[in-house]
Amino acid sequence: MAMLNIENLHANVGDKEILKGLTLEVGAGEVHAIMGPNGSGKSTLGYVLAGREGYEATSGSVTFDGKDLLALEPHERAAAGFFLGLQYPVEIPGVSNLNFLRTALNAQRKLRGEPDVSAADFMRLARTEADAFDLTMDHMKRGVNVGFSGGEKKRNEMVQMALLAPKFAVLDETDSGLDIDALKTVAGGINRLRSPERGFLLITHYQRLLDYVKPDKVHVLSGGRIVRSGGPELAHALEREGYGELAA
Amino acid sequence: MNALPIPTRRDEAWRYSDLEALGEVWPSGVVSERIDVPAGETRALTLVADAAQPVAVRDWTVTIADGARLDLHILNLGGRYGRVALDVTLGEGSHFELGAAQVAGGKTTLEIVTHVRHAAPGATSRQTVRTVLAQQATGTYLGKVAVDRGAQKTDAAQSVKAMLLDRTATANAKPELEIFADDVKCAHGATVGELDATQYFYLTSRGLPPAEAKRLLLHAFLADAFAGMDDAGARETLEAAALAALERLA
Ligand SMILES: Nc1ncnc2c1ncn2[C@@H]1O[C@H](COP(=O)(O)OP(=O)(O)OP(=O)(O)O)[C@@H](O)[C@H]1O
Ligand SMILES: [Mg+2]
Repeated sequence: MAMLNIENLHANVGDKEILKGLTLEVGAGEVHAIMGPNGSGKSTLGYVLAGREGYEATSGSVTFDGKDLLALEPHERAAAGFFLGLQYPVEIPGVSNLNFLRTALNAQRKLRGEPDVSAADFMRLARTEADAFDLTMDHMKRGVNVGFSGGEKKRNEMVQMALLAPKFAVLDETDSGLDIDALKTVAGGINRLRSPERGFLLITHYQRLLDYVKPDKVHVLSGGRIVRSGGPELAHALEREGYGELAA
Repeated sequence: MNALPIPTRRDEAWRYSDLEALGEVWPSGVVSERIDVPAGETRALTLVADAAQPVAVRDWTVTIADGARLDLHILNLGGRYGRVALDVTLGEGSHFELGAAQVAGGKTTLEIVTHVRHAAPGATSRQTVRTVLAQQATGTYLGKVAVDRGAQKTDAAQSVKAMLLDRTATANAKPELEIFADDVKCAHGATVGELDATQYFYLTSRGLPPAEAKRLLLHAFLADAFAGMDDAGARETLEAAALAALERLA
């Protein structure tokens, strides 16, 4: 079975149905892209997969790495290897980025029955990954995303992903708001983490990211369903022609 | 102690108090204290008021003379009823700093009641109060800043925030100004809220178990009260005690 298997998923936000029978499979080692008009339910899909309160799956199923993903609490999903990079990363004043990350990493490891990462090993790791995404140790010591620019917040999501080393990552518009150099940095990070054991779902509005990170498949999400799937050429066609025809 | 009649709810400063608990200690059990900071001097005081004294009513009269400074940091945890009332008078160019955190669950009632009088020009005061309440607890801050006619260049700030972990808890936050001078800067803000759902989701989605995520967010919330402390050792003591109190709420 594919690493991530979403079957006929329906989900509500409040009492409004947003996902209306979404089916999608992403295998280990694969990178898929989801594109689609504003408001079509892309971020909602990410939240439902991550288990955010208020985003409720009403029917269908999601199997992740052989587990019933929807039956797990958000932190259990993280420990199982699921990661969601947010379209709008959250600021948390008073909680340092480093403290947050170390607590998160060790909490995940504990749930998996692995020993804590030592403070020294963690600092080495944090330094390496901050550096890889052009953030300074000052950024790492600050409150989570506090006073970060839009692009810095996105790169901080990447630092977190790299540190937590999930099996599967959904990156929700991590490329939006990045300058050209930062886009290359982020794409380089994704390519570095690509491996036969890891899957990615990239939510994006732009072909540009997919020039650097070659997807195995491209899907169009519209009206809460996948309405079209194809190879990388589909992204080009969308860029040329818009969603009008293709998402109809 | 004088033979004052016991306060009633009609008295604004006792409106949200646990008068039944008060009755058990009134008047002899009320702890009245005077703190006088002489001109030009600096004092730092910390107070942890915890369940060791189930009903604790403190009534402090404070004077801060010209050019003097008092840093007062309070962790009010209470047993059944914990009240700290401060009557502060500021001399010329002096400073009063209050950082207070209150944490309660059960049926505990906590309150901090301040009257800060800027009696002379150029004094500054800053009050930061953070309250976390669970179950049926009540937490109150009543703070009046009075600026006398001659007290130009007064700079007074009150930042008051309360967080309710259960709908059954009650927070009262009332910063007030009474200004009789024209060249003054007074800022006050009061909010009562719940744990931020977006922040909470963010933390749990990265692997923090619910209790740990709450603990981190509440700790950060309370830490504002002790952020300005010079004495790192004293700050750690207060923060550790605050954390332990949060732990007990869970
Ligand atoms: N908390 C909410 N309350 C009410 N409606 C919501 C809420 N969250 C999302 N929605 C609605 O759900 C729909 C899908 O939103 P979603 O954020 O998933 O879209 P998206 O595809 O990510 O769009 P974009 O490309 O603009 O990021 C929208 O119509 C949105 O208004
Ligand atoms: Mg979105």
